[in-house]
Amino acid sequence: MKTEIVKKYLRLDKMPTVWCPGCGHGIIMGSLLRALELRGRSKNDIALVSGIGCSSRTPGYVDVHTLHTTHGRAIAFATGIKMMKPDMSVIVVMGDGDCAAIGGNHFIHAARRNMDITAVVYNNGIYGMTGGQVSPTTPYDAFATTAPYGQMEPPFDIVELALGAGATYVARSSVHNVPKLDELIVKGIKNNGFSVIDVITPCPIAYGRRNKLTADPMKNMQWVKEVTVPRKKAEEMSEEELRGKWITGVFRDVEHVGLVNLYIELEEKLKRAKENKGEEA
Amino acid sequence: MAKRKIISGNHAVAEAAIKAGCRFFAGYPITPSSEIAEKLSEVLPKYGGRFIQMEDELASMGAVIGASLTGAKVLTATSGPGFSLKQENLGFAIMAEIPVVVVNVQRGGPSTGLPTFTSQQDLMQARWGRHGDQEIIVLMPDSVQETYDLTIRAFNLAEKYRTPVILLSDEVISHMSEPVDIPDEVEIVDRAKPDVPPEEYYPFDSSKGLVPPLAPYGTGYRYHITGLNHDKTGFPSNDPEIVHNQMLRKLNKIRKNTDDIVEVEEFKLKGAKYAIFALGSVGRTAKQTVINLRKEGVPIGVFRPKTLWPFPEKEIIELGKKVEKIFVIELNYGQIIGEVERWVSKYTEVEWYGRATGRLIPPREIGAFIKEKIE
Ligand SMILES: Cc1ncc(C[n+]2csc(CCOP(=O)(O)OP(=O)(O)O)c2C)c(N)n1
Ligand code: SF4
Repeated sequence: MKTEIVKKYLRLDKMPTVWCPGCGHGIIMGSLLRALELRGRSKNDIALVSGIGCSSRTPGYVDVHTLHTTHGRAIAFATGIKMMKPDMSVIVVMGDGDCAAIGGNHFIHAARRNMDITAVVYNNGIYGMTGGQVSPTTPYDAFATTAPYGQMEPPFDIVELALGAGATYVARSSVHNVPKLDELIVKGIKNNGFSVIDVITPCPIAYGRRNKLTADPMKNMQWVKEVTVPRKKAEEMSEEELRGKWITGVFRDVEHVGLVNLYIELEEKLKRAKENKGEEA
Repeated sequence: MAKRKIISGNHAVAEAAIKAGCRFFAGYPITPSSEIAEKLSEVLPKYGGRFIQMEDELASMGAVIGASLTGAKVLTATSGPGFSLKQENLGFAIMAEIPVVVVNVQRGGPSTGLPTFTSQQDLMQARWGRHGDQEIIVLMPDSVQETYDLTIRAFNLAEKYRTPVILLSDEVISHMSEPVDIPDEVEIVDRAKPDVPPEEYYPFDSSKGLVPPLAPYGTGYRYHITGLNHDKTGFPSNDPEIVHNQMLRKLNKIRKNTDDIVEVEEFKLKGAKYAIFALGSVGRTAKQTVINLRKEGVPIGVFRPKTLWPFPEKEIIELGKKVEKIFVIELNYGQIIGEVERWVSKYTEVEWYGRATGRLIPPREIGAFIKEKIE
């Protein structure tokens, strides 16, 4: 049954994907496809937009309106689509570099505007596509091709970033908990505003091999399990115990009118004002 | 019946955009272009259009491309530094063949330069600011009326050739106010829609001619767009033959239509022995120079491309065969001179005069330079 759903939304002639064995990106795409089914919209009413990176190859495999843009800018393109097609479900998929480095400005402003877009972040803590350079979410002390002595900068917490910037639905999960991930993405798409789902996922090739996990998919998946902690459990843990961990769960889920709806209201107000003026004259 | 109005160059862009059917603007404020955004933020919602001030120029460029994919006619406006930031996504629009109109109101540069003063220093940035091979359409107005007319033309060309079009104005033209005749009816071109069902539709199908139709989002046609080289379906390809053929089609849709795209103004060139080559606002001082010099008996006229790119090669060769000297006057330190020489140095002599100090060069100064060179 689940396979049938996934097949319904895939462009099967584009298989196999470019992703390495053990990469978590395909798992996230699977969740996204099931979420589309659960959301229940026609394929013709969905736009899937991405930037550049391994994660950003997702749209090529999905049978909706798909737009593979420039590195970091997917949210900007998606904003234009949503402004002119408010009825479309607009989803953005991106890597952690795409989201929090080169595209950080677009990310926080879409959150501030509460643009009705769902952003799914494939957070593998590394630049996969370009061969393993540090990303803004690379763990402290981890190794990367541009951090041969270990990462000296602290990582961005994408959830905190989204919360601080005003996103109305903010959640984190991982590829280790797929049923939860399906559920969170559906909720994100349903939210009438900017939604962020930060997904912790492994990159065995560019990250695992350099960080004692080897390229073994199981070891990398085990690592995902170890670095993620559900909110409830995290509440009982000390700061020391939580160092280097990503807390999972839903961090915000509120109703708040976003830019697109405000704009539509404005148009109606202007139209009424014009009609009233016409009547008076 | 046309309506006559006194408006600024920037307001002429806004009014013409609405007239041409523009319904989406995304931008980021920058002098001397901001009045375009300000005007459209007020006017667009009254016409069922939408306006958004984005967080930077990269975002504005991305947003207009996204909006264009829904079928809307779209505009963004900027100046020098912002134009530099737009380049990457502008290249995307060229690669993906998305109609967009970009206004660059030129100011002094490089860098922050002279924010409130004019220049013509972006002639080559407009042509080659992006990486990779490409053709681009660039129009340059010399008056507020022409700003209005060329803005409409920019939208029409963008739709007709499924490509970005740049309106390259400058601070003088954008900030001065002049009477403009606003026509009741203008010719409007809309992009071609697919004439096949969704299963048979390919967004880059060369068998549909040089400009394949672009289906708007939400009309049942689902396809893929990428900035990677792609085949007719829009999916990535690095097959040398496919890459080559798609590249050629994208270049040829402009190259093979230069007769339709190129427009030049000729002022008192009939029987002239000399010509001034001028662009945009320099056209105005050039014309005054010609009027002055003609009074002194110098047989001279002005050649002014309204279409800067694709360059009016045929027209300038014709000119080169007719006149003894061409005087290229530029508000920069020598940009378009190279292109002029490339086409005419076989036939005639070319002299150059210019600077970029933020001000127009007065006609008497241009006149003195010309007289010195023809004596
Ligand atoms: C403007 C620009 N700068 C740099 C690059 C090179 N580049 C491609 S993908 C990428 C980073 C990818 O990392 P991430 O976004 O985390 O995605 P992942 O590949 O890990 O899924 C970079 C730096 C580019 N394509 N464009
Ligand atoms: S390099 Fe990493 S992120 Fe990219 S496909 Fe391979 S495993 Fe996945």
